[in-house]
Amino acid sequence: MRDRERESIDGDIEQYLRVHEHKDMLRFLTCGSVDDGKSTLIGRLLYDSKTIFEDQLEAAESESRKYGTTGEKIDLALLVDGLQSEREQGITIDVAYRFFSTDKRKYIIADTPGHEQYTRNMVTGASTADVAVILIDARKGILTQTRRHSYIVSLLGIKHVIVAINKMDLLDFDEEVFEKIRQDYEELATQLEILHRYFIPMSALDGDNVVGRSGRTPWYDGPSLLELLDSMDISAEQTPKNFRFPVQYVNRPHLNFRGFCGTIASGSVKVGDEITVLPSGRSTRVKSIIDAGDISEERREVYRDNAQAPMAVTITTEDEVDISRGDMIVHTHNVPRISNRLKVMIVWMDETPMQIGRDYDIKRATSVATGQIEHINYKVNINSYEREIVERLELNDIASCRLVLNRPIAADSYRQNRATGSFIIIDRISNNTVGAGMIVDVARREQDKVPAAEEREYSDAERELNAYIRKFYPEWHCKAI
Amino acid sequence: MISHEKITHLKQLEAESVHILREVAAEFSNPVMMYSIGKDSSVMLHLAMKAFAPGKAPFPLLHVDTKWKFHEMIEFRDQRAKKLGFDLIVHSNPRGLEMDISPFVHGSKVHTDIMKTEALKQALDAGGYDAVIGGARRDEEKSRAKERIFSFRDRNHRWDPKNQRPELWNIYNTRINRGESVRVFPLSNWTELDIWQYIYLEKIPIPSLYFAKERPVVEYEGTLISVDDDRVPEELRKKAVMKKVRFRTLGCYPLTGAIESEAETLPQIIREMLLSRSSEREGRLIDKDQEGAMEKKKVEGYF
Repeated sequence: MRDRERESIDGDIEQYLRVHEHKDMLRFLTCGSVDDGKSTLIGRLLYDSKTIFEDQLEAAESESRKYGTTGEKIDLALLVDGLQSEREQGITIDVAYRFFSTDKRKYIIADTPGHEQYTRNMVTGASTADVAVILIDARKGILTQTRRHSYIVSLLGIKHVIVAINKMDLLDFDEEVFEKIRQDYEELATQLEILHRYFIPMSALDGDNVVGRSGRTPWYDGPSLLELLDSMDISAEQTPKNFRFPVQYVNRPHLNFRGFCGTIASGSVKVGDEITVLPSGRSTRVKSIIDAGDISEERREVYRDNAQAPMAVTITTEDEVDISRGDMIVHTHNVPRISNRLKVMIVWMDETPMQIGRDYDIKRATSVATGQIEHINYKVNINSYEREIVERLELNDIASCRLVLNRPIAADSYRQNRATGSFIIIDRISNNTVGAGMIVDVARREQDKVPAAEEREYSDAERELNAYIRKFYPEWHCKAI
Repeated sequence: MISHEKITHLKQLEAESVHILREVAAEFSNPVMMYSIGKDSSVMLHLAMKAFAPGKAPFPLLHVDTKWKFHEMIEFRDQRAKKLGFDLIVHSNPRGLEMDISPFVHGSKVHTDIMKTEALKQALDAGGYDAVIGGARRDEEKSRAKERIFSFRDRNHRWDPKNQRPELWNIYNTRINRGESVRVFPLSNWTELDIWQYIYLEKIPIPSLYFAKERPVVEYEGTLISVDDDRVPEELRKKAVMKKVRFRTLGCYPLTGAIESEAETLPQIIREMLLSRSSEREGRLIDKDQEGAMEKKKVEGYF
């Protein structure tokens, strides 16, 4: 908490609360290893925004003496390294979620480990993030891990990447170093689908360009990390327009009320809209909408005219249509494809390898179907981005596959809709979550093969042309091939 | 075209929590919601009421009564459950009652082990619940920062922090075998400030112990505690003084530190919280028992 904020709280708390009532929320992912100063950066954000309290600081100080790596300074990293075993080993194993707040936004940080053997943890953290902060040690430049992290970020559909070029203090804040890394990264990004890229020269240890702008980078006229986070507009990516409503729960408290509860995955809906229930295809109209947020202790039936993602609502329909959990309600004029054959990208997350042809449970939004991986198209080498032919998937493997379900579902591609294009794979014996998947394409009819368009092999010249267009004409939003 | 409404962070948190509660109701056959009477529980109750309106939440409330709660908490508990129409299950450890466990005599560790952790396991085994909804938040303590929203527990209610199921998007794996269970934390992504702001905006009732008032208190093991009844040892009671205090967290009164405060309204509480420099768990004596205390307790089944 900065002094200015402290004064405003002290002066007029009600005014402060009014400002903070109107904040929005932003989730970001931090990628990098301990060596890049990632925990230090997060510790710095929490410390400088005074999210760290005195007793926690005291605990970190006493632990600094025990496990610390920074000599006399408090090891800010110890503020965030959670589990005892991690503190002893000095590594961050699992995804940890951290919180801090400014007067513009509430932030949720998914703090994920950087090593290759923890790829699944990073994928997990990336799945809910809108923005990624990729740390690069200025002394080392772009490493294999940078390529890996960038690939995962792009795969999970994160459109905004902040490249934090850290440890600039060790290189006298040399502009040339920064510029070289920026160019190298732009080059790398042409191979990926990262629409917006931002670059910040930084010293997390000393706080340069983390919260405030540094006096040691006069050649840099951009914002600090926190200023950038506070001002980013991510609404375009957050809200696809197609109305999608996975039915989560049927609420039937008495004979006169039958409501369909769920979270609006995307788009918006209003009373009177013509809707279709999938996969059955039956149509009706929206009779009423209850937003859970409007309900109070005194008024338990508050109706509204319309609602939008990501509200949790209850919808009633004009006609008695058979609707149950797992169905998807959409606008009749905007229906996604329905099929049991999907082309998907899969991240394997279990020690036991994935077996082709074995039955797994596939949970997509609120529906569960039985599914089999029929074929592995290719595995992606996440360091070189090369495609490899493999027979099975091991822990942390990422691959393009053909998935066949025992019944059709209404599905969007993940590119179009993160909420309805994503699924998890559950092992039916161990009950573990063994994989995560993203829908790439949906076959037109049940019998059809998944369209082969994306399978097209491009020549080197074509790939270079694509990369050239993406690098120099980003406003064309050219697709990566 | 509908004009786009700005979704504030509290609306978003609320919607996420409602989503989680509905997922529990849809996927589990015998869920229960832990009710600890504190501010987080009050928010949870409020969210559960919203999630299933105009109907009632399809699960009961469970309170593990250590018999050392502030007497006002118990009155508040009964009155809230009745007003919102929840079934309330109260359990106390009969073995502990027989042994007459007292934090003053047996210390906080023994008291917590027997009257909280063991009692909780008894209540969960007796109820055979497959999902147990709790009000823990990830910002409370470091080991909680890594816990899943749907957190798997084995037959012995144990948590394995190194072997947690990956949890992606808002798709929750609810699969378990008979005898196993899942702890569900709908408030995972709320911070203390979010909770207070939400209580303020939604006018959610909370026990008056949170508000500053003249109360009889005495210093005990370095903390000010309330003299809530005459089980406080005589020599301590003799030293009791009236002070204007309030409580940042509510638990067993001998283990809950009071803070001197002038905050009599919610905005004043929030102001005090924002300006104070210690985190809320500091008022709880049990966390300080040993380093990594909470992680150990959680592994053993504590909430």
